[in-house]
Amino acid sequence: MKEKKGVFSYIADHRFLQILISIFMGFLVGAVFLIIMGLSVGEAYGRLLTSITSLKGFSYVIVYSISYIVVGLSVAFSFKTGVFNIGAEGQFVVGSMAAACVGILCGNLPGIVLIPLCFLAAMAAGAIWGSIVGFLKTRWGINEVLSMIMFNWIAFYLSNFIAGIPAIHSDGSAESTKNIAASARTLLPQGFIDRLNIAPTANWGILVAVAATVLVWFIIEKTTLGYELKAVGSNKNAAEYGGIGVNRSILTSLAISGALAGLGGALQLMGMGGRISVFTSQEGFGFAGIVVALIGCSNPFGVLVAGLFYGALIYGGSKLNLVGVPTQLINVIVGTVVFFISISILFERLNFTAVRHKTRKEQNIMQQEEIDKANEKGGGKQ
Amino acid sequence: MSKEYVDMNTPVVEMRDIVKRFGNFTANDGIQLTVHKGEIHAILGENGAGKSTLMNQLYGLIKPTSGDILVNGKKVEMNNPKDAIDAGIGMVHQHFMLVQPFTVTENIVLGTEPRKGISLDMETARKNVVELSERYGLSIDPDAKIEDISVGMQQRVEILKALYRGADILILDEPTSSLTPQEIVELIEIMHKLAKDGKSIILITHKLKEIKESADFCTIIRLGKYIGTVDVDTVTESDLASMMVGRNVTFKVEKQEMTPGEVVLNVENLHCLDYRGVEIVKGLDLQVRRGEIVGIAGIDGNGQTELVEVITGLRKGISGKVFVNGTNVFNRSPRFGYNHGVSSIPADRQKHGLVLDFSIEDNLILQNYGKDPFSFRSILKRDAIFDHATSSIEQFDIRPGSSEKRAARTLSGGNQQKVIIAREVQNDKDLLIAVNPTRGLDVGAIEYVHKYIVDQRNKGKAVLLVSFELDEIMSLSDIIDVIFDGKIVASLPGKEADENELGLMMAGGKKS
Repeated sequence: MKEKKGVFSYIADHRFLQILISIFMGFLVGAVFLIIMGLSVGEAYGRLLTSITSLKGFSYVIVYSISYIVVGLSVAFSFKTGVFNIGAEGQFVVGSMAAACVGILCGNLPGIVLIPLCFLAAMAAGAIWGSIVGFLKTRWGINEVLSMIMFNWIAFYLSNFIAGIPAIHSDGSAESTKNIAASARTLLPQGFIDRLNIAPTANWGILVAVAATVLVWFIIEKTTLGYELKAVGSNKNAAEYGGIGVNRSILTSLAISGALAGLGGALQLMGMGGRISVFTSQEGFGFAGIVVALIGCSNPFGVLVAGLFYGALIYGGSKLNLVGVPTQLINVIVGTVVFFISISILFERLNFTAVRHKTRKEQNIMQQEEIDKANEKGGGKQ
Repeated sequence: MSKEYVDMNTPVVEMRDIVKRFGNFTANDGIQLTVHKGEIHAILGENGAGKSTLMNQLYGLIKPTSGDILVNGKKVEMNNPKDAIDAGIGMVHQHFMLVQPFTVTENIVLGTEPRKGISLDMETARKNVVELSERYGLSIDPDAKIEDISVGMQQRVEILKALYRGADILILDEPTSSLTPQEIVELIEIMHKLAKDGKSIILITHKLKEIKESADFCTIIRLGKYIGTVDVDTVTESDLASMMVGRNVTFKVEKQEMTPGEVVLNVENLHCLDYRGVEIVKGLDLQVRRGEIVGIAGIDGNGQTELVEVITGLRKGISGKVFVNGTNVFNRSPRFGYNHGVSSIPADRQKHGLVLDFSIEDNLILQNYGKDPFSFRSILKRDAIFDHATSSIEQFDIRPGSSEKRAARTLSGGNQQKVIIAREVQNDKDLLIAVNPTRGLDVGAIEYVHKYIVDQRNKGKAVLLVSFELDEIMSLSDIIDVIFDGKIVASLPGKEADENELGLMMAGGKKS
């Protein structure tokens, strides 16, 4: 049978085609805007392409993608298990701040201890942040979307508050934390970076992102935990009937999702910034995660690819002003892509004729199989 | 074939040698149908036999691959439902197509509104609707909004809609599937009135009792093939059933004598609330022993649903005790109850019984995914899960075969129920609770489900059967407990039960 559930089951699905079409539409709408502004479509998109295809450009794309992939996994995991983690933003923020605190305060530890410690602190912080929302939901039935949006702001101000504590705040004049210890950074060796002439922030965080991808896939597809979470996600009543603790599953799901978003924050800090600025506005990593999860169809490996795609757009977009094209073009493209993916999902849910058509077709196939079976049994007695 | 039924008049509808193929699948293979004026003609077949396909061709929704359709003796080509409506054919679908916030009148005239100049003439419309309604005894309130009226009334609105458009031939697709018993009686009356007035009715159904009560003729389709047309008065229900499924169907459930063993389920003085917070189970006592089927007879809403939910751990009770094999499972989790011997076939198979998006193999391990042999140290063992599904599909005849990886959503209702039964029977617990286990299933599947329930009893399990179908309770139960107003008001041996007496007790009449 061809129906074997594999790593690429989702990518092979027809949904993949919808994603491609949505991406195409994104670029098409972007082109319309370019034409309206009197700019050259070829030049803009050409620049987008050339800025990501050089070795240096590509290394930037990977660096940019790391946190998008991991936060995308966070959101995708929540989608798979029936909750909508719109709070990945806040979990990302508390995660990176936790990693920063450890990276600053325990700076004398060797990297081999410090780095895992930073990761763990970030994941724990994200998991706690997600669990609080889960607790509010399961204990008092508070809608997780609302509380998450509020928790994003709590995380925002909490992070700014911590950044202002003397032990954490920069000794210089910068409105940010101190730099984390060099041993807490995930950067590739300087000599290696210089020799290849790649991005100065090139880091091995991508390996963590890939490992997280495989781990998430494994949890969802291969473990009893994944079975429980998915069952609760797609039919709470049947899951409860089958003896699965629904509330516990929701909490677990949000904790894991939060831990992933927190890890995303740590990877961003330890790979790129090295310190956390005092925010003046939300960074938007959580929302990027939603986009990545959507483009990746909530499939872990789809998210990996979508994260790279998103990273390429953001990095490539930042180079657009070199040819006089506003960087905001990328927002237009991304917005359009998300819009089209959303309508294709909406269509699936609302387009009754299509749905009916499909089930009728399936019924026919089933009937056919039954008839075949009956004929086999009857052995041409008629 | 159908010649012996052709009388002097030209048939109003004739379908000759209808063949309909979808790709290489033949949904209708040489179907004949002849309907006369004033006739109620049933089309009988199992789910998926091709009844709806046939009617969709008559109503112009799809076109036949070959074969002729004649209306009033003239060959017609139905390209769309409008052609059918023009030819005097109306169809009432299983799922109604009404605008919820509109009134009855507005819905009926929708698309053919009478006009006065450029404005709508709703007064005339209302008058026409009232007239039609009175003529056929439909007693419809023309000003009521659809969202405020019952399903039975909505169906009448659909019938009126077809009549308003001048239909002489009415196709009713599974019209009783969502009606209460009382509404069914009224619908049959309405059908007789319509027929008397010269309307012809084509009734698509798989319910034999209704055919016997309403139809004049019955055309049987099995697996897309034409089996025959019979005069309903000359055949019995079991004749019809065997024609439909292609083998003898026994309505009488074979049951050997059993001496019940020790008590497995013992419910003592149970109280619980319903979803509105009103007390609905009011001090109920109940016992089920090994090797017996206890049937709970009662009208919906007397606490039977909540009783089962408390026993299975899905609902918290206020007070009482629920012993299963001596362990009190009252207000414990569903898993606690399961581990102490409770298995159940839930009332709503799509809500509680199955995770529709899960594959069959995953649905078959809903309670046991965490146990040997399906997992080891929290890692699922896919091979074992697959093999289990393969053997279950084989043993319980779940169709289509080799469907281990197929989503439960894509199965027919009967096969979904088989998946649940396969799971619960193989769970091999001492207590089996079955709630409306045959709702919506056709005869073949019902026979199958009943066989498995009796099998469980014969193996020495305790079975608690809750059903709104009195026939089912009476034919399966060793003991019938009548539930009324949250209490068991009578308990009598199944053999001695009398339908009328039971009905009286269910309605709160005196105890026997």
